Amino acid sequence: MMDGFDWTQLLDFALMAMLLAVGIAIVRLRNLFAAVMLMGVYSLLSAAWFVTLDAVDVAFTEAAVGAGISTVLMLGAMLLTAREAEPVKAGRHWAALVVVLATGAALFYAIGDMPAYGDPNSPANAYVGLDYLIRTPQEIAVPNVVTAVLASYRGFDTLGETVVIFAAGLGVMLLLGLGGRKPRRDTEEEDEA
Amino acid sequence: MSPHLVLRVVSKLLIPIIVVFGFYVHFHGDYSPGGGFQAGVIIASAVILYALIFGVEAARNAVPPLVVRIGAALGVLIYGGVGVATLIMGENYLDYDVLHPDQAHHTGQHIGILLVELGVLTTVFSVMLAIFYAFAGRAPDIPEEEW
Repeated sequence: MMDGFDWTQLLDFALMAMLLAVGIAIVRLRNLFAAVMLMGVYSLLSAAWFVTLDAVDVAFTEAAVGAGISTVLMLGAMLLTAREAEPVKAGRHWAALVVVLATGAALFYAIGDMPAYGDPNSPANAYVGLDYLIRTPQEIAVPNVVTAVLASYRGFDTLGETVVIFAAGLGVMLLLGLGGRKPRRDTEEEDEA
Repeated sequence: MSPHLVLRVVSKLLIPIIVVFGFYVHFHGDYSPGGGFQAGVIIASAVILYALIFGVEAARNAVPPLVVRIGAALGVLIYGGVGVATLIMGENYLDYDVLHPDQAHHTGQHIGILLVELGVLTTVFSVMLAIFYAFAGRAPDIPEEEW
């Protein structure tokens, strides 16, 4: 099996090691500015890892949303608070560690039930997934099967997702407004003072 | 003169390219990774980059909040409208095949996918900007010493 060794695995390991290092750095950092930036780095590394797993569409979204827009939104949120995190009591650290270790142990225990990477008989590839791969060239004639599933076979789901995004935006707009009247509010405050 | 001269020049060069890339991701979504969602986020991030470098007020002038508010609803309307159009043309909701008589090449599917993805793009672009405006309108600008 040695000649069939998949060298891209080394890339996976390197990326995962970097993810781990960045994750630990985020937890240990006090400076919120640096923590926000490292979270962007974490998203970008995840995106790179998704690419090595051939999940290019997911990687695309992670890079644009996770590394791009969330970082900016976190920056905007951080500017409204302090620049440094308050130190946390030691007792809370231990409680968090116990929760993380228990979850991690459960996940490692479940690894045995996972199908091998790229297994054609895994549930995700076998039933409906196989059907989509076979039928898309004849029924939709679109080279990118992800797009065919997303927009055509599951058009209802995507319509629902669009409505969810709309509803999320509507909620933010109702709660916070669009910030368009900010200067006027400032002058009112000055008048009162 | 103005601070961050390098950032200003580079971002001014980059922003049009980012927008064009966003539209490429949308219109090429049939053939390569990406689609309306990713395209919407990419185009929104171009405007956000503009806001970060030139100030939120400049971005508000370029893409007014009214456009954002209308766009968020318009995208859902485009998506739902494609479904209603297929209903009127005598097929099931969101069955794109009736949109074009050329059944051999499934042109109707191509048109339908592009149109609904355009709806997704409009909504995602507008909502991302709406959230950004809502946050950026409250946060003070980043002070000079923290760049």
